[in-house]
Amino acid sequence: MESYLFPFDSLICMLLGISFTVLFTLLLVFIIVPAIFGVSFGIRRLYMKSLIKLFEWATLRMERGAKEKNQHLYKPYSNGIIAKEPVSLEQEIQDMRRGGAEPEFDMSDIFYFCRRGVESIVDDEVTKRFTAEELESWNLLTRSNYNFHHISTRLTALWGVGVLIRYGFLLPLRVTLAFTGVGLLVVLTSIVGLFPNGRMKNYLSDKVHLMCYRICVRALTAIITYHDSENKPKNGGICVANHTSPIDVIILASDGCYAMVGQVHGGLMGVIQRAMVKACPHIWFERSEVKDRHLVAKRLSDHIADKSKLPILIFPEGTCINNTSVMMFKKGSFEIGCRVYPVAIKYDPRFGDAFWNSSKFGMVNYLLRMMSSWAIVCSVWYLPPMSRMEGEDAVQFANRVKAAIARKGGLADLLWDGGLKRGKVKEVFKEEQQKLYSKVLVGSSEDCSRS
Amino acid sequence: MGSTSSTLLKIPNVEVLMQETGFSPAHIIRLHDRFKALDKKGRGHLCPQDFGAIKELAMNPIGDRIIGAFFSPGKETVDFHTFVKILAHFRPVDKNRPKEPNSPEPINSRSNKLRFAFQLYDQDKDGKISRDELLKVLRAMLGMQVTEEQLESIADRTIQEADLDRDDAISFEEFRKVSPEILHSRCFIKAPVIMLMERDC
Repeated sequence: MESYLFPFDSLICMLLGISFTVLFTLLLVFIIVPAIFGVSFGIRRLYMKSLIKLFEWATLRMERGAKEKNQHLYKPYSNGIIAKEPVSLEQEIQDMRRGGAEPEFDMSDIFYFCRRGVESIVDDEVTKRFTAEELESWNLLTRSNYNFHHISTRLTALWGVGVLIRYGFLLPLRVTLAFTGVGLLVVLTSIVGLFPNGRMKNYLSDKVHLMCYRICVRALTAIITYHDSENKPKNGGICVANHTSPIDVIILASDGCYAMVGQVHGGLMGVIQRAMVKACPHIWFERSEVKDRHLVAKRLSDHIADKSKLPILIFPEGTCINNTSVMMFKKGSFEIGCRVYPVAIKYDPRFGDAFWNSSKFGMVNYLLRMMSSWAIVCSVWYLPPMSRMEGEDAVQFANRVKAAIARKGGLADLLWDGGLKRGKVKEVFKEEQQKLYSKVLVGSSEDCSRS
Repeated sequence: MGSTSSTLLKIPNVEVLMQETGFSPAHIIRLHDRFKALDKKGRGHLCPQDFGAIKELAMNPIGDRIIGAFFSPGKETVDFHTFVKILAHFRPVDKNRPKEPNSPEPINSRSNKLRFAFQLYDQDKDGKISRDELLKVLRAMLGMQVTEEQLESIADRTIQEADLDRDDAISFEEFRKVSPEILHSRCFIKAPVIMLMERDC
């Protein structure tokens, strides 16, 4: 019996080897060549559409399964409920009282605060912003399967096939592409760095950067839709965007050329940073320099003043938020006094959650998760440039930009400071609540005292 | 994929808990996850500081009182069962509840909701809201936005309206009469876990 297998054995190995090589080469050609020229075959969009149909089918089956067992399919609530404008304090209290009675103090007013308090105990808006967004449907990834336990055998089989495809095929492909992209970036930017400064160098540097970022985009199977490209950031300005994950950089940089800002890292990141800065001026800070706000501001202003340098890309939130809201923008970048080009980035969570919970996952873990998701689908909106107005201070300007970004991206505009992930709340917010409530009452007591 | 039932098994006496509070298994799990998230040190119970770490609660004018409602007098910790039982007050009223004469009143009945709110006022638990206690709540809700005289006049007026037996304090029965009927249907929280209950009943 065994003697029959031997010749087949080597034949099979050879066939497998050949088919793998051919497959990979084809794919690399289909992916890298378009990346170089910035064109797309539309394969990814087709992929995205078929995935959506698949997920809808899977959810329907689960609902059916749940109904059969006569239980309610527990749908974690979609972002829509919290993102809507909360009913104002005045309105709520008036609703609660005997339908539109005089705005006097009512003992039941305490219910409003009580309810809000208990709501926050059950589900904290702020903590919620920092955990991954919950989904209405299941996207066949175990990591998003928080509460779905009505899964039939058919679905399990489908999930199994999904795992095979994602880890056996997509992941190796993507990792290869990622290494290619990064490797090319380092090598080519170093080569471009050898050229003398001038228009040729800038042109080449732009092309090289764009090409490598596009390869990285394909390495993540990111399907990006850019809106309003006429507002793309120009030289001598700052590009400001909301921050969900480190991938944001790749997404923006694959469509335009930016000067990056960041801390100098060691290891692989350091190599990349040093190579990039040879081709065009990026701003890398030493760890010690980061604390010195004046130094930071000066370097940024100097860069902007030079019109031949690329627009700076900054994420003012300072930390990753889970892409359902835009947290407080730090005012530093808004004090510089130049044009700000706001950009809103919104990820579609159905395909793979791009949010990086830095307290839970390290960077490598995160990247692996990203590369073993189905895809990363996001939309980028370029907003028209804004400048600080007369009599507006940096904080107000920052808030204005933040509100514009939140509105465009359909994200909730929260007052909260992103640093709240690890910080304390200011007494100011409590006072604001008291102010709102007193407005409901004080009006009435003034009337009473007059009469 | 089987994860739900295993989580439920980890919670002791979960059947009793579900029966007493009326929460479904999915809700219990959701609350358990929340409990674990709040219990940052993983001790299996919560202390007042864990509640204090919730930013929205910290900025709530009566946040301390709400936290206090979770801890029985003398106790410094609250376990999962107590946590869920207190939150059960905020489930919407079961409109179609059959009236069994011998069963205890459900935690989320109209009466118990009012009692919860009453206890937020009545911190010394003597069964009456004194003028002082009312003033304290008013101060918490209004802060520096109104003068002391205005606060006192509001308190006086409220007691005047509500106090029927003229003992200068508001008892639970008087509190009940003063609270609007519509209130009972509003005393539920819009948080997702609980909102789903509306579809059930």
